[in-house]
Amino acid sequence: MNQSGNPSRSGSGSLVLIAAVLGGSAAAFAYTAGWLSPGRLTPEQMISALTPPSGAPFGHRRNHAKGICFTGVFEANGNGAELSSARVFERGTYAALGRFNLGTADPNAVDATVRVRGLGLQIAAADGEEWRMALINPPIFAVSTPQAFHDLLIASGKKDPEAMKMFIQANPEFTAFATWAKTAPWTTSYAEEPYHGLNSFIFTDAKGGEHAVRWSLLPTAKGTAVSQAELQSRGPDFLEQEITERVRIAGPQRWTMVTTVADPGDPTADPSKAWPEGRRTVQVGTLVVQRIEPEQDGPCRDINFDPTVLPRGIRLSDDPFPAARSSVYRKSYDLRAAEAGDYPRTGAAKP
Amino acid sequence: MSAPRRFAPIQRLLHWLMAACIIAMLFIGVGMVSTVAPTYLPLIMIHKTLGVTLLILVMIRLALRRHYGAPPLPADLPPTIKLGARLSHLFLYGCMIVMPLLGLGMLWAAAYPVVLYGGIQIPALLPQSDRVHTLLWNAHVYLGLAFFALVLLHVAAALFHALVRRDGVFGTIALFPLKSRTTAAE
Ligand code: HEM
Ligand code: HEM
Ligand code: HEM
Repeated sequence: MNQSGNPSRSGSGSLVLIAAVLGGSAAAFAYTAGWLSPGRLTPEQMISALTPPSGAPFGHRRNHAKGICFTGVFEANGNGAELSSARVFERGTYAALGRFNLGTADPNAVDATVRVRGLGLQIAAADGEEWRMALINPPIFAVSTPQAFHDLLIASGKKDPEAMKMFIQANPEFTAFATWAKTAPWTTSYAEEPYHGLNSFIFTDAKGGEHAVRWSLLPTAKGTAVSQAELQSRGPDFLEQEITERVRIAGPQRWTMVTTVADPGDPTADPSKAWPEGRRTVQVGTLVVQRIEPEQDGPCRDINFDPTVLPRGIRLSDDPFPAARSSVYRKSYDLRAAEAGDYPRTGAAKP
Repeated sequence: MSAPRRFAPIQRLLHWLMAACIIAMLFIGVGMVSTVAPTYLPLIMIHKTLGVTLLILVMIRLALRRHYGAPPLPADLPPTIKLGARLSHLFLYGCMIVMPLLGLGMLWAAAYPVVLYGGIQIPALLPQSDRVHTLLWNAHVYLGLAFFALVLLHVAAALFHALVRRDGVFGTIALFPLKSRTTAAE
């Protein structure tokens, strides 16, 4: 029974079948990879929307590109244990590592020109688990969905003033953020800012009870509000210089971590909607910033403060942002690590 | 040990189980990196967990391969084709071993915790390094694409054996005995 070398009529039919299987598989693969669907919102598209006209900040984060590292501890007071079984809420002190930053894609931005200030944080529990987050100072996010964030980046990058008008018509939630941006006081220090997580997560307590929460870091340092014009009279990097000096002279800086618990029906899927006043809050601990280091050789440089890196006891809610952020932050990390040569370490700080 | 006429049942089972999982891995891989939708997170969780599982399975599979051997290819197959078959199988095994290692190494070199389904943590065996991360990331991406191309070639060859040559090669790995074809290789 040896038919080899003799492709029969059914043989040519078979060849067609084989070709169809291969072609179909390749097409399905290309479709899954998004190569056939230019409309799909990909991390690449998000990154290209973040890229300023002057070009990508090679070697730097694709957003919140300007920043400075800190190390310190998170002191848990034990109150968080009633909400979440995560080890970091058990009374104790946990190593913390983070980054103060500005919400801009330009690593050389002048500090006074950037409205949004942020904080990246990683808290390490003893058992090797990590909790990462990246928070910003506005009390609400600018838009309701990742797609709307992309559209905002595109619209705000256009010269045509109609573009923003049309964007706001389509995404009216943006006006709350715009009002904050216009009216909120400016401070002269990273230490005087509150930082809000904005995204909603689910805490699971030891009994299996679930609580939808958001959290913030509220500063213990009291600041005086100043005008943006006043800030402009300072140097372009005054925030980094100020926090370095402050920690060196005045010692560690503290923020209280406050968890807000949602009532049933509060919007968890939309970070542009604040929860009503009067929700239950629990102070779970204190972030203590003990040491400031420049980013170039600092320990925060190599960390992706991906908000989906969560310890057991904390999980994602129906908020679509953490997943989108995780996907885009990964891509941003891939790029900046590959471009590290464009932002060389000085080698002075680390061996 | 004299050469068997077919792969042992456990080898055949593993071949098909892993084939399905690897094809799923390739599709999940390119699908997850091209989306910012909430499904990104379950997909990458499956990708990591299944990928590490496949690494364990391929070790078992290689041990079984050493123990049971493989049936000979048909005697009338031209030597160059035989060589091609051997090399392609070698490369397939290579990808099955290397791809998960690259995936793990890439995350380790990014100082990114590897947590699998069920909260299983895999400790990092590499320190953070931009250079190493970039190297492993590129390797994972491009070897992944090469792996897919090779799987397609492999499927084409298998179908060619099964439908055109009908030389019994397909029967050696088929999950269930194929009556007339299995004996043909002998
Ligand atoms: C879909 C929406 C968003 C996109 C596409 C986006 C994009 C990015 C990118 C590309 C980075 C750089 C990541 C890296 O290279 O490590 C980044 C950093 C950051 N983002 Fe977002 N972001 C989004 C939403 C948010 C939200 C909701 C917040 C605050 C609650 C936030 C706060 C931050 C902060 C603080 C950093 C700096 C973290 C660090 O120091 O490394 N982002 N973002
Ligand atoms: C991801 C998918 C797959 C991988 C990684 C894979 C891998 C392999 C490897 C390594 C071998 C050699 C076994 C050995 O000599 O130890 C083999 C044999 C074989 N595979 Fe696959 N396979 C895949 C999918 C498929 C599919 C979809 C088919 C059929 C359409 C197929 C048909 C065969 C056949 C007929 C053999 C026997 C070759 C011989 O007797 O030497 N494989 N496969
Ligand atoms: C059989 C094993 C595996 C296969 C076939 C595979 C395949 C793939 C493919 C095709 C991609 C998409 C590449 C691209 O187009 O950009 C990918 C991405 C990725 N894989 Fe895997 N993979 C495997 C195992 C693993 C394992 C074990 C891990 C980690 C534990 C892993 C982690 C990743 C990550 C993190 C990405 C995203 C890379 C990035 O763009 O940053 N993979 N994989």
